[in-house]
Amino acid sequence: MYQNQSAVTRTSSSVLATNKVLKNTYLLLSMTLIFSAIMAYVGIISGASQGGAMIASFGAIGLLWFVLPRTANSAAGIPVLFAITGMLGYGLGPMLSYYLAMSNGPQLIMTALGGTGIIFLGLSGYALTTKKDFSFMAGFLMVGIFVVFAAMLANIFLQIPALSLAMSAAIIMLMAGFILYQTSDIIRGGETNYINAAASLFISLLNMFTSLLHLLGALGGDD
Amino acid sequence: MNWLQIGSAVFVGAMLIYIFPRMRHAMKNSPKGTTQDWMGFIIPIIAIVLFVALLIMSVR
Repeated sequence: MYQNQSAVTRTSSSVLATNKVLKNTYLLLSMTLIFSAIMAYVGIISGASQGGAMIASFGAIGLLWFVLPRTANSAAGIPVLFAITGMLGYGLGPMLSYYLAMSNGPQLIMTALGGTGIIFLGLSGYALTTKKDFSFMAGFLMVGIFVVFAAMLANIFLQIPALSLAMSAAIIMLMAGFILYQTSDIIRGGETNYINAAASLFISLLNMFTSLLHLLGALGGDD
Repeated sequence: MNWLQIGSAVFVGAMLIYIFPRMRHAMKNSPKGTTQDWMGFIIPIIAIVLFVALLIMSVR
């Protein structure tokens, strides 16, 4: 009897902890997305150059790899995450300016943004309601990302448009897999740090948005 | 080849070097999925493919 009560107490406290991580993750994710959108707007109106965008992206990746892992367990992790998302948002400036110059550019951007939002909500809802364990996908997703980056490196020199489109399609599917994997990891108590969780989901969303915009621009653009 | 291409190549090359050990670790340590597990992944992916096709048609 006491054993059963103890097990119930442990289970309910674990569920409460998971719900708290999930709530904090989504709260931080929404705030970083808003901040990133503001920085993207700054990038557009200030006429950020491609070189400036690349430096901002390099800076963001440097913070993501070397600073966030050291600060994620303290309050300092939050400003670091905002710096990362702000720089990545600013780095989108030249790309968004390019699409805005197209006659249907605003429509393409809004469609990519809305599409990314709907896919994210759908996948999160799917992972949250089914509570499936997607940990088996870790190896597949990492190999997929490695192959895409290798193809990306080759295409910098080869400049094949069809390969570029195929990579964008592959990135959308891989990021969908990452969202399922990360959400299930939070639900099952594997990820207990909401700063790391928000950073991972932000990167997945950003990659999905840019890839979807690339596909829409290439296949649905009129320029 | 301009410096932006060189910068992009360095950036993607660094990503590959960063990902490689994590990929090997994930391949060795992640559990194997059953057919049912994979179906739970493939079905939402098919839905996303159809949704993206719909988005492309909507902007044409």
